Parts: sequence; C-alpha cells; structure tokens
Amino acid sequence: MLHGYGSTILDGAWLTLQLALLSMALATALGLLGAALRLSPVRWLAVLGDIYATVIRGIPELVLILLVFYGGQDILNRVAPLFGYEDYIDIHPFAAGVLTLGFIYGAYLSETFRGAFMAIPRGQAEAGMAYGMSPARVFLRILVPQMIRLAIPGFTNNWLVLTKATALISLVGLQDMMARAKSAGDATREPFTFFLAVAALYLVLTSVSLLALRYLEKRYSAGIKVAEL
Amino acid sequence: MILDFSVIWDSLPLYFSGVLVTVKLLLISLALGLLAAVPLALMRVSRQPWVNFPAWLYTYVIRGTPMLVQLFLIYYGLAQFESVRESALWPYLSNATFCACLAFAINTSAYTAEILAGSLRATPPGEIEAAKAMGMSRAKLYRRILLPSALRRALPQYSNEVIMMLHTTSLASVVTLVDITGAAKTVNSQFFLPFEAYITAGVFYLILTYILVRLFKLAERRWLAYLAPRKH
Repeated sequence: MLHGYGSTILDGAWLTLQLALLSMALATALGLLGAALRLSPVRWLAVLGDIYATVIRGIPELVLILLVFYGGQDILNRVAPLFGYEDYIDIHPFAAGVLTLGFIYGAYLSETFRGAFMAIPRGQAEAGMAYGMSPARVFLRILVPQMIRLAIPGFTNNWLVLTKATALISLVGLQDMMARAKSAGDATREPFTFFLAVAALYLVLTSVSLLALRYLEKRYSAGIKVAEL
Repeated sequence: MILDFSVIWDSLPLYFSGVLVTVKLLLISLALGLLAAVPLALMRVSRQPWVNFPAWLYTYVIRGTPMLVQLFLIYYGLAQFESVRESALWPYLSNATFCACLAFAINTSAYTAEILAGSLRATPPGEIEAAKAMGMSRAKLYRRILLPSALRRALPQYSNEVIMMLHTTSLASVVTLVDITGAAKTVNSQFFLPFEAYITAGVFYLILTYILVRLFKLAERRWLAYLAPRKH
C-alpha cells in the first residue's frame, strides 16, 4: 500500500519524536526561566519576561521558524566576518528546529508555570522559610513538587501543540515524516495515501501522550481532595 | 550597516495587500468554522452515544493531527482521486484559496465545537430547570436559554482560538497564497534579506494580534458585563 516507503516514513517519525522531545526539554527550561523572571520582584527582569512571553505568543510559529532558520543564518553570516570569521555558517534544520520550537513553546510554558506557581498558597513557602530552608531549597522542595501537579494540564496542552508544530520544520528542509511523505507522495502520485499515513502516526503520538500525561496527572494528584458537586 | 530596512519600506504595499489576504482568510474560515461548530457542540453534549460519538471522533482526529497535514491532504491529496478530478467541485478544489479556507474552517470548527460544548455543559442547572418549568420546548430551550448564554460565556476562550487561527493562516503561504507571510517570502526571494523580511511580517502579526485582543476585550465588556468582577 505504501509502495515500500513505509520504513523511510517510520524513520522520519523517529526524527519527529526526537525533535519534539528535545524541543520540549528546552521549552521546559526556558519556560521555568521565563516564569521565574515574570514572578521576580526585580522590575526590569519581570518586564523582560513579559516581553518574551507577549512577543513570541503574538507571532505565528511558521514566521518565527522562517525568521530563525533563514534570518538567523543570514544575520550570523553578516555578523561573523566582523569578528574575523570568514567561512559560511550553515545551520542544520534539526538544530534550528529544536532551538526555534524550544524558544517558542518556552514562552507558552512560562505562562503555564507562572499560573501554577501563583496558585500555590503563600503559606507553603513561608512555612518552608520558617523551618530555616534557604530560598533555593524552598523552591526545589516545596514549590516545584506542588507546581508540577498544577502545571500538568497546561503542560499537556503545550506538548500536544508542539508535537503537531514539528510538522512545520519540514518546510525548512528537515527530513521528518512530513517531508518524507511529501516526497513519497510526489514520486508515487498518491499524496493522499501518504499524508493520511502521517496523520495516523501523529494521531498515535498525540493519543499515547494524552494517556501517559493523564496517568502522570493522577499520580501527582494522589491525596488531593476533590469536592463532590 | 548590518540591517537594511530601506527595501522593506518600499515593499510595504505588498505587506498591506498581504494583510488583506490574511484578514480575508481569517474571517471566512472563522465564519464557516463557527457555523459548523454549533451543531457539532450540540452533538457533543448529547447523551445519546450514536449522536455524541461521531462528533467526538471528528474533533479528536482534527485536534490530534497537525494543521499542515490537513491542508496538504486537501490541497495536494485530493488530486490523487480521479473521481475528484472529474467532479463538478474540481475547479474549487484545485484553487488554493478555497482549499486553505476549507482546511482552516474544518480545523477551527473542531476546536470551537469543544469550547462551545464545555460552555454548554457549564450552564447553571437552575437556568435549564427554570426554562423547563416555564414549559419551553427543547428547541426553544436551546434557542432562548442554552445557546445565547453558552456563546457569551465561551467568548474568552474563543478569543484565544481566534488568535490561534490568525497564526494558522500563515500556512496559506505554503500553498502559494500571498498573505503576510507570503509577502515576506516574496520580499526575501527578491532581495535576499530574510531577517528584515520576516521580522517585518512578525510585526504585522503582532499588531493584528493586539487589535484582536482589544476587540475581544470590548466584546467581553459588552456581552459578559454581568460576569465581570464587581467594581467598588
């Protein structure tokens, strides 16, 4: 049915998964940093965090991807000679994809994490301080474990959106499953078949993620009382 | 000088015509999407499994797959079938604007249906009981009580969906349309200034996003005033 293109598309699916996981790791780190900035009592740091979240969330992913991949490469090659570096710098689509997606979804996650941190009762951190914990220890031992539970629904959403956004990286030349389906469809003149196969693979990926994260949410909510309606 | 914006200045008319294309795509797909979303949402809140299930499957599949795949399935994929190529619809289905609007409308209809269904489920039971006590028929209950209130309460979430759709329309540039992103692509291919071209497109999208956010704030003040926090 897939004219022998099945395995090459599965290879592409593996690349898509790697791209999504690495981008999400970077996005989580940037999201925590962004949330910390936005909750910071230092005013210019909070403003910096707000600008990051607002500007990135106001521009389409595709435009940001094109901006980083083509624009970033161009700027790098315009700036590098000023520092005496004369070779042409070539950014790999995979690296550009991880950086861009991580940077974009870091902004969305900073919003999720900020909300989760704010939802933890103040008394929790104060109790930690009263026990003589350092601010870093309060953050890691008291705030982060409670924040995770509150952030899981938003995290799940962002992960699903990010997984689907990886398809856009095929437009800057990454040979992910989307790009491979496009070439296979062009070669066999059966584009519908191949795009449908890719759609099914994405659906499997999102369904598995949904189940896994729902299980995680249940784990982290153990012992949390839910009021009966 | 590292950056060169003089060319961008001369290309502004192209960007402005791109804004028109973006807004047109957005409005058409939102209108069609909302039209389809209302019956889908009603199906989603139904307790009959054979009414609920098809709508659930539709929204699940659409929300679980990338927009780009959906667009490619319609724009490139449908041409695979001879019956499609020979049908009366082919002049439309080979047209990029039509395919983009169709794909975007299908996509937003699934997300909007889930938003509306959530809003319908959150209707205070007392309102429904009161309507029944007044002797309203089911149709009248939906028309006069459930839908007007659910549509209003869906406004804040729907504004997010509209902004997501604004950003989604940038995919139209992939199927040859010259929207804002398409304009940036054209400028880049003419002058090879990718950074300046795309950052300008980004600014245009930021402005449009800001306008939409303001418009929805106004709409919320108009239609959700009764839910606003009380002022002292």
